[in-house]
Amino acid sequence: MITWLSRLLIPLTVSYIVGFGLISKRPVFDDFLAGAKDGMKTVAAILPTLIGLMTAVGVLRASGFLDVLGDWLTIPASWLHLPGELVPLTLVRMISNSAGTGLVLDIFETYGPDSMLGMAASVLMSSTETVFYCISIYFGAVRVEKTRYAIPGALIATAAGIAASIWLAGHFA
Amino acid sequence: MLNYLWSFMILAGMLWGAAAGNLDQVTQGLIESAKDAVTLGITMLGIMSFWCGILEIGNRAGLIDWLTRRMGPVLDFLFPDVGRDHPARRPIAVNIVANMLGLGMAATPAGLDAMRALAGEHHNHTATNAMCTFLILNISSLQLIPVNMIAYRSQYGSADPAAVLGPALVATGCSTLVAVVFCKVMEVSR
Repeated sequence: MITWLSRLLIPLTVSYIVGFGLISKRPVFDDFLAGAKDGMKTVAAILPTLIGLMTAVGVLRASGFLDVLGDWLTIPASWLHLPGELVPLTLVRMISNSAGTGLVLDIFETYGPDSMLGMAASVLMSSTETVFYCISIYFGAVRVEKTRYAIPGALIATAAGIAASIWLAGHFA
Repeated sequence: MLNYLWSFMILAGMLWGAAAGNLDQVTQGLIESAKDAVTLGITMLGIMSFWCGILEIGNRAGLIDWLTRRMGPVLDFLFPDVGRDHPARRPIAVNIVANMLGLGMAATPAGLDAMRALAGEHHNHTATNAMCTFLILNISSLQLIPVNMIAYRSQYGSADPAAVLGPALVATGCSTLVAVVFCKVMEVSR
């Protein structure tokens, strides 16, 4: 039922909006083109951030530093009941969505998606966001320099999501 | 903050790579990920432009005005400084709904519009309460159905791909609740 619903989500949203436009007697394709043109500008504005952050994560992963950092943080993480296998994911998740997804798929491959770790990784990905990527594109767009309480707030919300993911995975998987 | 984080990642990677004798992999990793970023950018170019086009249809047909009106009480509560006539109101509403539906590629352009509208023409490069709330809310994740994760789980042979839905909803609820409480406390405390 849910799998079915998630498959329908995009077709339904798109056809609802296009259908609504037609019923409102709008020149829907002209409207679409006007919007799509703005979309291209948005991507052009985001791309430098994407390149900067993804290369940094790429360098960090390729150097082996991320694995070592994960090992170092295993013990402090265990005080927080965070399994060592999830430490690299929690770090990478905050910077790059695609690199985070790559690590989740590694976990699926090694432990299976239905294991406790697989479930924790699935929930963690679903309930957190790319903290630093979001901060840099949103605040970068308007050149905010004094971020005030935005970064602590974002990290606290993310920590809540991570804690909830681990706890829930222990009960659901 | 980001300047330090970014330079730390680059330098730590280079130094560690040199110390561990992985410099070739580091160079390779750098080139590979730069390429991956552009590949992702091209995918984004297609999907984001598509969603922006679809949303513009909704906008001109009055769907977004309707949505913004329906979300009035929520927006008034979360963004007390953003009045009924504020230009940021509509993009904020679109961003929140797109995030809830898991349409990140539709949420980002609306989010950037919202941020620009919140900043206004002349601003002093300091985040306002509304800007902080908006950013923290976005980062707290609002997604109701983790569409991509369900797809990946079924791709990797999960017996029940959609089993992630319940825990993900609760975890997202937790992080969003913490985000809202934190923002409200910070608003009151100054």
